[in-house]
Amino acid sequence: MIALLVRDLKLAMRAGGGFGLGLAFFLVVTVLVPFGVGPDSGILGAIAPGILWIGALLACLLSLDRIFQLDYEDGSLDLLATAPIPMESVVLVKALAHWLTSGLPLVLAAPVLGVLLNLPAGGYLWIVVSLLIGTPALSVIGTFGAAITVGLRRGGLLLSLLVLPLYVPVLIFGTEAARRGAEGLANTTPLLMLAGISAGVLALLPFAAAAAIRVNLR
Amino acid sequence: MSIWEYANPRKFMGWTGRLVPVFVVLAAVLIGVGLTWGFFFTPDDYRMGATVKIIYIHVPSAMMAINAWVMMLVASLIWIVRRHHVSVLAARAAAGVGVTMTLIALITGAIWGQPMWGTWWAWDPRLTSFLILFLFYLGYLALWQAIDDPDTAADLTSVLCLVGSVFAVLSRYAVNFWNQGLHQGASLSLDKEENVADVFWQPLVVTMVGFGLLFVALVLIRTRTEIRARRLHALEARERMG
Repeated sequence: MIALLVRDLKLAMRAGGGFGLGLAFFLVVTVLVPFGVGPDSGILGAIAPGILWIGALLACLLSLDRIFQLDYEDGSLDLLATAPIPMESVVLVKALAHWLTSGLPLVLAAPVLGVLLNLPAGGYLWIVVSLLIGTPALSVIGTFGAAITVGLRRGGLLLSLLVLPLYVPVLIFGTEAARRGAEGLANTTPLLMLAGISAGVLALLPFAAAAAIRVNLR
Repeated sequence: MSIWEYANPRKFMGWTGRLVPVFVVLAAVLIGVGLTWGFFFTPDDYRMGATVKIIYIHVPSAMMAINAWVMMLVASLIWIVRRHHVSVLAARAAAGVGVTMTLIALITGAIWGQPMWGTWWAWDPRLTSFLILFLFYLGYLALWQAIDDPDTAADLTSVLCLVGSVFAVLSRYAVNFWNQGLHQGASLSLDKEENVADVFWQPLVVTMVGFGLLFVALVLIRTRTEIRARRLHALEARERMG
């Protein structure tokens, strides 16, 4: 499993794509927002947590179809399916690799982009905390979506249609936690709910994703 | 004889062929009676005036929209456990009806909301969850469309339906948490004080039963169509082989 994780990380870094593309996308979205809503720093500060969350979510979505697609095409996925480790852990490792290459950089970049959006001073800590708790859920849910669409020729578009509605609860609790934190309100409840979702999908979704992969490899 | 016998495609075609006309006629009569009663023989509400009458379409279609998803969930489970082809075809049939009912509920709701709340749309928890339900239906149907092999499509859509159901419930609570609403509470709970008055309630129950029967009839008809399409496909394949 560790070997698989290292392999995936290496592939993501050397093939370019994973790291750079998602971060660049996140940056571009954040830069475009002020053009859309105007440069008023009050408005920008109020919507900053939401924009950062949506930007991170979309950037995460970008790299999802790469999780299984290349392995499926060159046959590595068949090898993994016959390997002595269960498919569930393969899925979990893939999700972890995706999070390390897409989710974690986004979490680290979010406070820097928060400066551009005039995020209130109290918000920096909470945007990082909420993204840190929430992005693993985004990666796991996305891995499930990727597992379902892996056999399809035009899977990319369908993948977003399937995954985005599943992101709704994560997005709601994540932005709510970040927004309340930025405004100095109590945000324990949304943070706990967010952590609950992350833990729940981490524990359960690999089974569904592995089932989907087995169907697709049949 | 077990109940599963009725789900054998040949038997299924037999008994549904006899039952569908009955359901269609009953549904037409009940919806006709309910709507006529509701539209012309009930008084206008003292607050809402005549606009209250859209309730006879709005509430039943919203109920069927949710029931259709529940039916998809049950049918998908049956497919995963027993691998019964008719069941997964019924799930697909229910999704088509469900997405239409969701759309009807959303549109009638907007038409009703305009004069009452002064807006076509508000990010109210109920409205928002219905919109999310609509997105779930779209994803499910799109997945069916995208996969060529029928068994793969059945398996993947069933898994998606199970996962989607969990997330649909989760979204419902998340959305409740996110915003307080304009929408009134349950209109038909039996134990509550605040309920719809009897004059409106009786025709509403008639239309709801009518919509229920309509739903059953539509699902049966669509399932029959799917079975026929399957058979046609098999025949064509055989001809190409031969």
